[in-house]
Amino acid sequence: MALDTDTVRRIARLARLHIPDADLEPLAGELSNIIGWVEQLAEVDTDGVAPMTSVVETTPHLRDDVVNDGGYPDRVLANAPDAEGEFFAVPKVIE
Amino acid sequence: MAGTSDLTRLTIADAGAGLAAGDFSARELTQAHLDAMAAARDLNAYSAETPDQALAMADASDARRGQGDAQGPLDGIPLAIKDLFCTEGVLSTAGSHILDGFKPTYESTVTQQLWDAGAVMLGKTNMDEFAMGSANVTSHYGPCLNPWKAASGDAAGKDLVPGGSSGGSASAVAANIALGATGTDTGGSIRQPGSFCGIVGMKPTYGRCSRWGIIAFASSLDQAGPLTRTVRDGALMLGAMAGYDPKDSTSVDIPVPDYAAALTGDIRGLRVGIPAEYRMDGTPPEIEALWQQGRDWLRDAGAEIVDISLPHTKYALPTYYIVAPAEASSNLARYDGVRYGLRVEGEDIIDTYEKTRAAGFGPEVKRRIMIGTYVLSAGYYDAYYLQAQRVRTRIADDFRAAWDKCDVILTPTAPSAAFAIGEKMDDPIAMYLNDIFTVPASMAGLPAISVPAGLSADGLPLGLHLIGPAFAEETMLRAADVLETAAEFEGRQ
Amino acid sequence: MTDTAPDHLSGHVTTRIGHNQKDLVEGATGPWEVIIGLEVHAQVTSEAKLFSGAATAFGAEPNTQVSLVDAAMPGMLPVINRECARQAIRTGLGLGAQINLRSVFDRKNYFYPDLPQGYQISQFTQPIVGEGRITVDLPDGESFEVGIERLHLEQDAGKSIHDQHPQKTFIDLNRSGVALMEIVSKPDIRSGEEAAAYLGKLRSILRYLGTCDGDMSQGSMRADVNVSVRRPGEDLGTRAEIKNVNSLRFVRQAVDYEVRRQIELIEDGGEVDQETRLFDANRGETRSMRSKEEAHDYRYFPDPDLLPLEFDQAFVDALAADLPELPDAKKARFIDDYGLSSYDAGVLVAERETAEYFEAVIDPAGAKRDAKLAANWVTAELFGRLNNADKDITESPVAAVQLGGLIDLIADDTISGRIAKDVFAEMFDSGQEAAAIVEEKGLKQITDTGAIESVIDQLIADNPDQADQYRQGNTKVAGWFTGQAMKATQGQANPQMVNQILKDKLGG
Ligand SMILES: [Mg+2]
Ligand SMILES: [Zn+2]
Repeated sequence: MALDTDTVRRIARLARLHIPDADLEPLAGELSNIIGWVEQLAEVDTDGVAPMTSVVETTPHLRDDVVNDGGYPDRVLANAPDAEGEFFAVPKVIE
Repeated sequence: MAGTSDLTRLTIADAGAGLAAGDFSARELTQAHLDAMAAARDLNAYSAETPDQALAMADASDARRGQGDAQGPLDGIPLAIKDLFCTEGVLSTAGSHILDGFKPTYESTVTQQLWDAGAVMLGKTNMDEFAMGSANVTSHYGPCLNPWKAASGDAAGKDLVPGGSSGGSASAVAANIALGATGTDTGGSIRQPGSFCGIVGMKPTYGRCSRWGIIAFASSLDQAGPLTRTVRDGALMLGAMAGYDPKDSTSVDIPVPDYAAALTGDIRGLRVGIPAEYRMDGTPPEIEALWQQGRDWLRDAGAEIVDISLPHTKYALPTYYIVAPAEASSNLARYDGVRYGLRVEGEDIIDTYEKTRAAGFGPEVKRRIMIGTYVLSAGYYDAYYLQAQRVRTRIADDFRAAWDKCDVILTPTAPSAAFAIGEKMDDPIAMYLNDIFTVPASMAGLPAISVPAGLSADGLPLGLHLIGPAFAEETMLRAADVLETAAEFEGRQ
Repeated sequence: MTDTAPDHLSGHVTTRIGHNQKDLVEGATGPWEVIIGLEVHAQVTSEAKLFSGAATAFGAEPNTQVSLVDAAMPGMLPVINRECARQAIRTGLGLGAQINLRSVFDRKNYFYPDLPQGYQISQFTQPIVGEGRITVDLPDGESFEVGIERLHLEQDAGKSIHDQHPQKTFIDLNRSGVALMEIVSKPDIRSGEEAAAYLGKLRSILRYLGTCDGDMSQGSMRADVNVSVRRPGEDLGTRAEIKNVNSLRFVRQAVDYEVRRQIELIEDGGEVDQETRLFDANRGETRSMRSKEEAHDYRYFPDPDLLPLEFDQAFVDALAADLPELPDAKKARFIDDYGLSSYDAGVLVAERETAEYFEAVIDPAGAKRDAKLAANWVTAELFGRLNNADKDITESPVAAVQLGGLIDLIADDTISGRIAKDVFAEMFDSGQEAAAIVEEKGLKQITDTGAIESVIDQLIADNPDQADQYRQGNTKVAGWFTGQAMKATQGQANPQMVNQILKDKLGG
């Protein structure tokens, strides 16, 4: 399926990627090529085939309900581009 | 003591023996590598060198050994670490601008296990951004070069790609500026650069190595593994890297065998499967010839060659290019400029996200995020993602059926030798086809290894690829060792 | 984190058959039927988070209960907390619901600064708990059933703080990754009163199970309320979702407001927008959240970092066998075993602590006390005083065994019921035992016949006219004599004895 520029704009918005208007058209072309290529999967008969959820055939190990992590705000905030006190800070969000 | 260049040409096994015998110290071995790294910076194999840390670790190793407390075959061995592994206090960027300045406050499980085994970190290696690429040309730190040069042909004299995404690791090991390196393989990212650089690259079974602390690309596929100059070295490194990790829900709780002990050289009776579907149109004759040569070597060593069929092989690559971008689009959502890495301030929070991510991700990463977002979006999920996961089941079933007939599968690693930097750049699908032989095993989570087996007509290395059943690394390594012996491949001098 | 109902669930079908005439709301142009469904987020009672080992306690310093996993550092991976899964299954069992032995965690993708991963790990197509059903009682004694659509486990998000800096929003990730159960009802609720009663009943069940502390003021439980109206018998109307309502009273107010708003809007020729709205408790209104520029597209897919969650039936059966007695069963037992009215039993079982207190009053170590008397004391005197003192029953200054002691003094005629109220007041203030107060203040009932006879003889002698009227059968005067006798004895005369002696002396 060919992707039009509106679709590319919508997908870019969902992915939070700023794409300049001038780039929409060429990107639509590239993505359309790739999507067109992967669409060959439609020809595989998958009736009654379960989708793979994991290649590992094992049951997950679960964690005990024990507090054994956290308590290190300095490590959590160490790489923050902007922190105020013990908070991360971002441009004001208006709800 | 041996000369500096001799020290960097050792195998891990021989270096370990030399350390044990007191022929040289870990410090000498490490310093020789640091010197070689400085002399080979034009390869751009390392994105960060850690000489102080390396020497401190080497000294600690020497001290241990002095007290009779050496930790095993990796104690004192200098290694390079792919920049996808988070290393405490050391820049870890996944080759991306968006992780500018990111110094983790934690150490990945796999690297921690290597350090616990006494290994020495030389630095972090260049890679395709977020492991998305097969040529190491998408790195924010610029392309990494293959130490090999073509002797003839179109690429003669040109700078060649090392393959990718673990290009820096492969280049470093091939250029003798690390005795071994870690890589990660999602669709071929260890094996294909191994083939391009004339070294051994192994992807173990999914779940064999912990993914904790490895920057995620595609969670259901990513797996760490070693890049080394010999199969034995790969076995030694994997022994330290592998193991159950309660911090990774997909890591598997089965014991780690002594992989090196599996290299008996005896493959009599081993059934080697040759999948018909890997004979693809357009594969260069020299690749076909090498594959035939591999069959002969294994048969001569007593293996039985059997024809098998993996009917969904041709669908593995398009399946991969739905599943991996889908997972990546979600895994890379955390790079939003809030908690680490790059932030480009915008007018409001959404604008900040969009500008940060637009500036921080390169074109290939953006392309895959877009594809992944699209195939998961409302109305398309069933047709793309769900169908791909169903096809994936069929691919895994193909392999399951094959294991009734054979014990390992032999294929070429890549459809070509290394190519010049700049080639295939404007056609994503042409670039994706590099992984056509490696991706099926990835989709099924199976262990696979590339062994350098010969040279192309232009004098560039070509690899052969062995795939084993889940957790049958020992069988696979035994066959790889036999191939290696038969091939008598000379590393780059 | 709140969310709009997933697409594949938007066809919710009510399981409540027919409509009750009294549920209809009269508009200017005729009657309307109200259709309500709730999505309740309940914090799972656990020490650690759903996928990390960080603590869940309320009120910690910012970002102190945050692991590298909760902060979505690169390369971090989730590992499921066994206890959270166990609690979800127990809750499902308590809601009479289908337990799914295999469930899958999915990623729900969207960007928000307090959502560090850029996705919430939730359950979408294969939740841990499927359909169930609970019975909800209304204050008027009627009850109705509400279908449970599903219960799934998911992570909470962090907290955005908007009011501490003029240009910035601050982010605290302490709540990031805390385990929530999202309990989705069928649209079986028909009024604000019913919605509040449903939420109250759900809260009660969860608290009995110990799977959620139900503390709505601390955000342990909050409801997204979906409201629509329709003409009786017609198709479902467009619904509005009121987000994060955090008390029973607000649920009722929000629904009542929203119903009126929607009816007026439609009757005035308008249309209800499918939108999310906020309840403004100060104004008692719902209002539209700043409309999102784009439609949500959450791109759910199974989380590849997590394997499917699997249990065997034996594990579930063992949990089922070990469930505590839940409110409905307890209420039935209180009615059957103790002869309580449905109303009293309902009041006593609403909170597990109240029921436990009540049973401790009547039956400590087999000392069977009068259950009806005890029920009255708990629901009238104790509740009244607790209410005035703004205290919880767990903070009651009068322990159950102490109230039992007071009831014993009434039962063996040591004190009268009237005196007992004074004694109880004293107990509530001082925490003393009833017997000690009675002893100290000399409040023992006068049961000495001679003493009472002499008081009555004196009354008859002083009031001959009234005595005559009594003899002529004026019952009002009988009451007057009793009152005078009680007054003369400072209330300590046994009222039954007073009446009997009056009768004997004046003939009745
Ligand atoms: Mg919801
Ligand atoms: Zn939710």
